[in-house]
Formats: sequence, C-alpha cells, structure tokens
Amino acid sequence: MDRLEEKLKILADAAKYDVSCSSSGSKRKNISGIGDASSSGICHSYTEDGRCVSLLKILLTNHCIYDCAFCVSRKSNDVQRAAFTVEEVVKLTMNFYRRNYIEGLFLSSGIFKDADYTMERLLKIVKKLRLEERYNGYIHLKTIPGASDEMIREAGMYVDRMSINLEMPTELGLKLMAPEKDHESVKKPLNFINQVIQSYKQESKLIKHKPTFVPAGQSTQMVIGATPENDFEIMSVADKFYKEYNLKRVYYSGYIPIQNDNSLLPQIGTKPPLVRENRLYQTDWLLRFYGFELNEILNPSFQELDLEIDPKLSWALRNPHLFPVDINTADYSMIIRIPGIGRQSALKIIKARKFGRLHEYQIKKMGIAFNRARHFMVCADSPFQLGFTSMDQVRAQIVNKSASKTKQLVSPQLNLFA
Amino acid sequence: MYYIFDGTYYGWLCCVFEAFERKDFSVKPITKELYLPDIFAEDIYIHTDSEKASRVLKGLQERIGKNIALDFFRAFLFESPEVWQAAFYLCVQIFKGNKDILSNFGNDAVMKFSDALRKVSRERHRMKAFVRFQQSSDGLYFAVFEPDFNVLPLIISFFKNRYTDQPWIIYDLKRNYGIYWDKINITEVELNAAEVKDMVHTSTMVSLDEQEEYYKNLWQQYFKSTNIVARKNMKLHLRHVPRRYWKYLPEKQLT
Repeated sequence: MDRLEEKLKILADAAKYDVSCSSSGSKRKNISGIGDASSSGICHSYTEDGRCVSLLKILLTNHCIYDCAFCVSRKSNDVQRAAFTVEEVVKLTMNFYRRNYIEGLFLSSGIFKDADYTMERLLKIVKKLRLEERYNGYIHLKTIPGASDEMIREAGMYVDRMSINLEMPTELGLKLMAPEKDHESVKKPLNFINQVIQSYKQESKLIKHKPTFVPAGQSTQMVIGATPENDFEIMSVADKFYKEYNLKRVYYSGYIPIQNDNSLLPQIGTKPPLVRENRLYQTDWLLRFYGFELNEILNPSFQELDLEIDPKLSWALRNPHLFPVDINTADYSMIIRIPGIGRQSALKIIKARKFGRLHEYQIKKMGIAFNRARHFMVCADSPFQLGFTSMDQVRAQIVNKSASKTKQLVSPQLNLFA
Repeated sequence: MYYIFDGTYYGWLCCVFEAFERKDFSVKPITKELYLPDIFAEDIYIHTDSEKASRVLKGLQERIGKNIALDFFRAFLFESPEVWQAAFYLCVQIFKGNKDILSNFGNDAVMKFSDALRKVSRERHRMKAFVRFQQSSDGLYFAVFEPDFNVLPLIISFFKNRYTDQPWIIYDLKRNYGIYWDKINITEVELNAAEVKDMVHTSTMVSLDEQEEYYKNLWQQYFKSTNIVARKNMKLHLRHVPRRYWKYLPEKQLT
C-alpha cells in the first residue's frame, strides 16, 4: 500500500465517528477558479451503513494529547498513528473534487502540542486551497477549543461551516468520560463565532460586497447512549444550543463501542442505539420545522421517546382533544401536526382546497402516509363517526399495520438475515 | 386525435399551437417512434416550426412567469406520452385563462405533471451527485452516464459553473449525445460507435492520465474506510444508490 493510501485509511477511519456530512447552506460562488457551493448540498455517494458521503472527511492527524474514553484517537489507545502534510490534504481534496467525487473537505484533527499549533496547521490548509488553488468548494472546519480568537476569526473568513462537538450531552457525562474537558470550552468559541456571524450579517445589509464569514453557520454533535442521559435531557441541551448559538444543526451520534477498558462505556458487541438516534432526529425536525415546542414532545413527566412510534404520532396520541383535524378548514400550522402529513403535502392541501373541498381519494395521491393520517383528519367525504375510537386502539392499529422495520429493530430477537 | 411530433420540446409546443389553430383540444401528442397506429383514431404530423413554438413559449411565460413556464420543459424531459398529454392539457387550460390550474393538486393531470416534475428533479439532483469524471492524458475530464430521464440539459449550468477551469465532456449513452465544455463554450456532441466504446472501456483506452488509476484507488480506499461496519444497513444503502447507478461509480466497482 502506498504511504498516502495508508494515511488516508487511518485518518478517514478515525474521522468517521463525526457524523456531520452536510454540505448545504453556503452560496459561495466560483470566482475565476474552480468550484462553488450548492446551497442545497449534494450527497455524492452513500456508504453501506446508509450514511451520506458528501465531503472528504479526514483528520489532519490522529495524534492527540487528550485521553477521552469514548474516542478512538485517545492518547492511551493502541492504534496506528499518522499525519497528513499540508500538501497531501490539498492534493487529495483537489483531485477528488475535480472528478466530482466530493462536495468539499471536512477537516478535523487530534490536538498535537497545543490548540493554537493545531489550529494554525488547519488554517494553513484552508488558505492554500482558497488562495493558491483558487478553490471555491465547500469547507467544513473543526474549531479547536482553546485556539486564539484571532486564529478562529481568520479561519472563519475562508470556510463555509465550523463546528465543535459537545461530545456528551451533559457536563456530568463529559466529566465521566473526559475529565480534562468541559462544556465551557465549547460554549466560548461557539459564542464567539456566532457573534462575528451576526455582526457580519448586520453589516452586509449596509455594505453590498461584504466578505462572508462562516456562511453555512455552526453545528455540534452529541454522543448518545455512552452515558446515562435521558431523551429529555438530551433534547433540552439541543434546544438550548439552537436558541443561544443559532446553530444550523445538532447531530446525535449513537455510540459505537470501540476498544476500551472503561467499564462505564458499552462494550464491543453492544448494538448502537440506532432507533433511538432516529427518534431524536425526528424530534429535532419537529422543533425546527413543524412549530413544536420541546415541552410538547418531552417534559419532566414524559422523559423518554417512544421507540415504537415516531414522536409526532406519540404526541398526537397523548392529545386526542385536538383531533380529528378538518383538512378543508384547518390552518397550515395544524395540518402539519397531523401524523403522516409532512410539509410538502400540507402545502399541496392548502393550495388545492381553494379549488373545492378535498376528498379522501385526492388526499391519498398527495404523498401522505394515509394509514397513520386517517385516524386524525376528516376530509369532505369522511364518514361521520359515532362516539370515538380510543387512542389505545388507534395506536394498536397503526403499530400492527406498520409491522416492518422498526419492530425488527426494537425487538430483542436476533434477525437471522441481517 | 394523435399529434405526431418530432420528439423535441419545440415540436411539443407546436402541438399546442396547432390545437388552437384547429380549435381541437382532445389531443394526444406522441412521437413517431412511440406511435402505434390506431385505426379508430385520426392522426396528423406536426411540423416543428421554431417561430410557432417561440410564440407558445412566450405566451406561456407571460401568463405564468418564466420560471414556472420552465416546468413544462422539465416535465417534457420525463419522456412519457402520458405526461406529454397531461402537460398539453394544462397548457391549453392556461391559455384559456385558467392560470392557477397548476396549484390544483386535487386534479389528476396536475398530479401527473407534478409527479413527473418531482421525479425529473430527483434524477437531475442524482446526476449532479453521481457523474464521475476520469481524466485523460490530454487533460480532458470525461464522464458517461445513463440517466432515467433526459436530464442532461438541466445540469449543464451546474457543471459549467463548478468546473469552469477544466475541459469536460458528459455523455448520455442512452440517448447518444453529450455536452462538451472547452473552458469557453458549451457544445453538443454526438460520438460514433467506436468513440463511445473508447469512453466506456477505459481500460483499453491508452490515453488515460497516469494519475487516474491512483486517485481512483484512493477514492475506493476512502469509501471503504469511512464506512462504519457496526451500522451496516444495506436496505438504506440501496435506497440511496440503486443498483442501476453502480456501473459508473468507481466506489461501487469493488466487490
């Protein structure tokens, strides 16, 4: 194996636990060079685990001075170490990009020597890409906690997105796994970058050709299932970070057991909590796009998401007094709360009903999950119901009909054909 | 009445023109290749006249705006007589003053039309993602593909804006035409059988850049290393990358 190939193998493997792969949100244009950012983002491929491959996601090095129990690259772990040179990262990025393999670069790194030294190396790569290669594609750069404000500010001038991971959802959990780290060191740079972003936004209203600063915003990641936090705690943290730092995304990463002596962590062989992770993402979507407040979905008396059904359905079953909704008269904001109806179909319903009252056969064609939705809505021709079906019955009917994937994943029984 | 047109968008637009001229609107636009003569139905050949087509297009743009008018071109690329007919019906309705009809999602023709638009748009997005260039020794980046629908016209500006500083060809093998960018102009190209063979069987092509295999290997290595085995989910993988696209994806050439 060629040396560069070996490095790529080690440093892509070490970077893959960072789940962020989004390449959206930037409008960077091609200025007399190569590349631009597609504001919708593009997934160029998908790995066999079904995750999108949008960016060349690598660590500059997996040498690290820290010893965080959950991390493959921790100091005490016996793994092969490697480091790219600046030129190697640039060469890989440009050659992959020119062949349309990737949408851009996601660059992270273990901390070697100290924060500023590491950040300086990352900055060098980014500047070489932008200034020498005249590359205008997407760049996602990890902010190194503890790096100087000047360095972070300079990096922000060249990249599209920056991120720092919270790792464990709560301070307590983090202290357990990484005694040398704390949430404060994440909040400080998140806050600093957010303030610069906001001030650039203000100024760009006044000045026409203002340079961009982290145009695709910031994101963070929490590891799920390594420490005992419940869903309510996790989503409360996410909600707070969305609001306080204007984050574009919070990622939830089901913990995948790695070689480890820490008895508090799930050991190798434990399945990653994939269904729970999915439910958390669904909740995240409800908060950001469906007008839900966190306490409607999770609150002190309802702290764990239902794994068997999605959080919107679960909410609806707990609020029978709000249903059924008449799709011919209800507001958009109520129609998107019907289980099985998404934003696209809700918009279609609003547009189409101007032409006449909508019937079931028309609604069915609009791409909704009719089996779920039918229990919660009335159309022009829905039969009048005497009395009401109890929500327990509705739940049982829906769960039985969607016998497929979630049941397999939730059930403790082994799947022979997986 | 069958209107037999030449398979071009302008030809289809001329069907609309002809219908208004004849005041006959129960029309099925179809191409010669797809038409099975029907003894109970009448048919006429529609001559493609770019002046007539432009008049229809302009009229459409005036009534519903340039951007939405473009939806008719997008739906046309779906290459299905059913969709051509639905679009024809909708176009006639718009000219008759029923300007808002496109948002009547309770209407069958509208649903067919918007369904085709969704599928074309998904294919267009996929092709932005799945086109893979190979570099030849003279510096040309070339790619072949076989999209489900005729989406090449919809991705030209994307590739032009992105890969401005490198010459490239993207070639549709199914429809046998391609687009060539020479760093200044876009031209349509048609290759003969021997040239197509050269492009597809690159292993026999001597003119591949010496670095090409090297980067292809690195990409394959990256694709393998970035996968998390503990999360394996082939069902999801196949939903995102259906098998029919694997042929031209170097990362799927490994077994």
